[in-house]
Amino acid sequence: MDSTPFRQSPEVTRREGGLARVSRAGLTPLVAALVALFLLFVTLPVASLFLRISPEAFLRSLAEPVVLDALSLSLVTAAVSTAIVVIFGTPLALVNARHDYRGRAIVDTLTDLPIVLPPAVAGIALLMAFGRRGVVGQYLDHFGISIAFTTVAVILAQVFVASPFYIRQARASFEAVDRLYEDAARTLGASPATVALRVTIPLAWGGLVSGAILSFARALGEFGATIMFAGNFQGRTQTMPLAIYTTMQGDLDAAISLAIILVAISFGVIASVKIMTRRRL
Amino acid sequence: MLSVRAVRHLRDFTLDVTLSVRQGETLVLIGENGAGKSTVLNLISGILTPDAGEIALGERTLYSSEERIDVPAESRKIGHLFQSYALFPHMTVFENVAFGLRCRKVPRPEIASSVANQLAAMNLADLSDVNVGRLSGGQRQRVALARALVLDPDILLLDEPLAAVDMRAQGAMRKELHDRIRNAGIPCIVVTHNLGDALELGNRICLIEEGRVVADGAPEEVLSMRDNGFIASFAGPGPHNGLMPRAPITGHCGGPPDSWPL
Repeated sequence: MDSTPFRQSPEVTRREGGLARVSRAGLTPLVAALVALFLLFVTLPVASLFLRISPEAFLRSLAEPVVLDALSLSLVTAAVSTAIVVIFGTPLALVNARHDYRGRAIVDTLTDLPIVLPPAVAGIALLMAFGRRGVVGQYLDHFGISIAFTTVAVILAQVFVASPFYIRQARASFEAVDRLYEDAARTLGASPATVALRVTIPLAWGGLVSGAILSFARALGEFGATIMFAGNFQGRTQTMPLAIYTTMQGDLDAAISLAIILVAISFGVIASVKIMTRRRL
Repeated sequence: MLSVRAVRHLRDFTLDVTLSVRQGETLVLIGENGAGKSTVLNLISGILTPDAGEIALGERTLYSSEERIDVPAESRKIGHLFQSYALFPHMTVFENVAFGLRCRKVPRPEIASSVANQLAAMNLADLSDVNVGRLSGGQRQRVALARALVLDPDILLLDEPLAAVDMRAQGAMRKELHDRIRNAGIPCIVVTHNLGDALELGNRICLIEEGRVVADGAPEEVLSMRDNGFIASFAGPGPHNGLMPRAPITGHCGGPPDSWPL
């Protein structure tokens, strides 16, 4: 066997160096082209929305009842479902971030499930649970309570699909809080509840708010589970995505106007999440 | 008077210590990093729970495995200063010091006056509204001390109190800390791996190795244990090594104690 397997002759290194330089020089335009093409692919459709409608037509369709109903219903239901997610999700995220218990992995998996579950599956699952003849719904029906195809169903569908976005972010933010502050607070006389309210939650605040914003955005865009579980009734269950789908078949201007509003909200969401997470550092 | 007998199984060894601190006494726990010194403080203040043993502070039993007593950390009335001071970064100096009083539901005007007095005593009055992120190491230490002392604790635990203060200021800070501990007039446990700190601050020194107390006595006694590897690492072989029981304390003296890696 050759006793000097790593021959380091000057020519070899020079040639390799040259090769690397050449391929790097060739790569840069290629990567730039890929990036440019992809950015164009993302921005072109969004820009097309704005190009397809005149400002006058946009303002005119904003006055249409179908647009106004969808806008107000969407904002109200997304706000309510975000509040529900925060109320239920914050303690859950805090417990899972700070305590190890049997079955924590199962709880984590279950709370993450809606992220990977197709919305259509979520819709039919909710219907099977809370529909008139559903597992829970049939008992509620005895008391004259029906959930499916009401505004409550819209909110439940949104909570179902949007909750993981908040809970995941909240848990990560709680884990990022140094336990030392909590220990110090306890030696100063703070009960576990006081520690959570005055130390852990304030220190995780930026992450919690950005998680809530993401969850709100997901609730606002919810379509599949809503149309299956809540139906598509204007003023009651027809949220903005459903209204876009409905008006697209007749009044394209209304559909585009709604879409533009959602684009604006989406930009606001991204910007505010960026600002919130940057401030945390 | 604090008496501790505590056993706790750690990852690398079993911590098994018995020690006591008399009224007005300052006990120094010294030993190498990872010897279990900070764990002892955490067991006393209730952040960690022993696997067995008994901890009593005056008349109060804080922990007893036999009697199944475990007073939660928030009810122990123990001042615990952490190595990095753990000042709440989202609060001002005032809010940090007021934190414990608010937890005790002390009336607002009383909080304002207690905190103001404590800050004045610590030369921190000007910094009351400053966010703690903008303080120097020495100022942070004083805020942490004020935050603990304003609650009138029965004992003070200091974990490496000078480690986060920059080298040049350490001599002066040590002197200041010494005075403040004496003035507070409460028993105190100081954890350090710096023999200079131990000699300046302690009435009594406990040497801890791998979770066990291997020496317990007056500073001079512990210092004379030349056969111990940890002591010898400061002292060197000869008797005239520049390490006197009362090492020079003003400024950075450059002797073996200060050269011990932080």
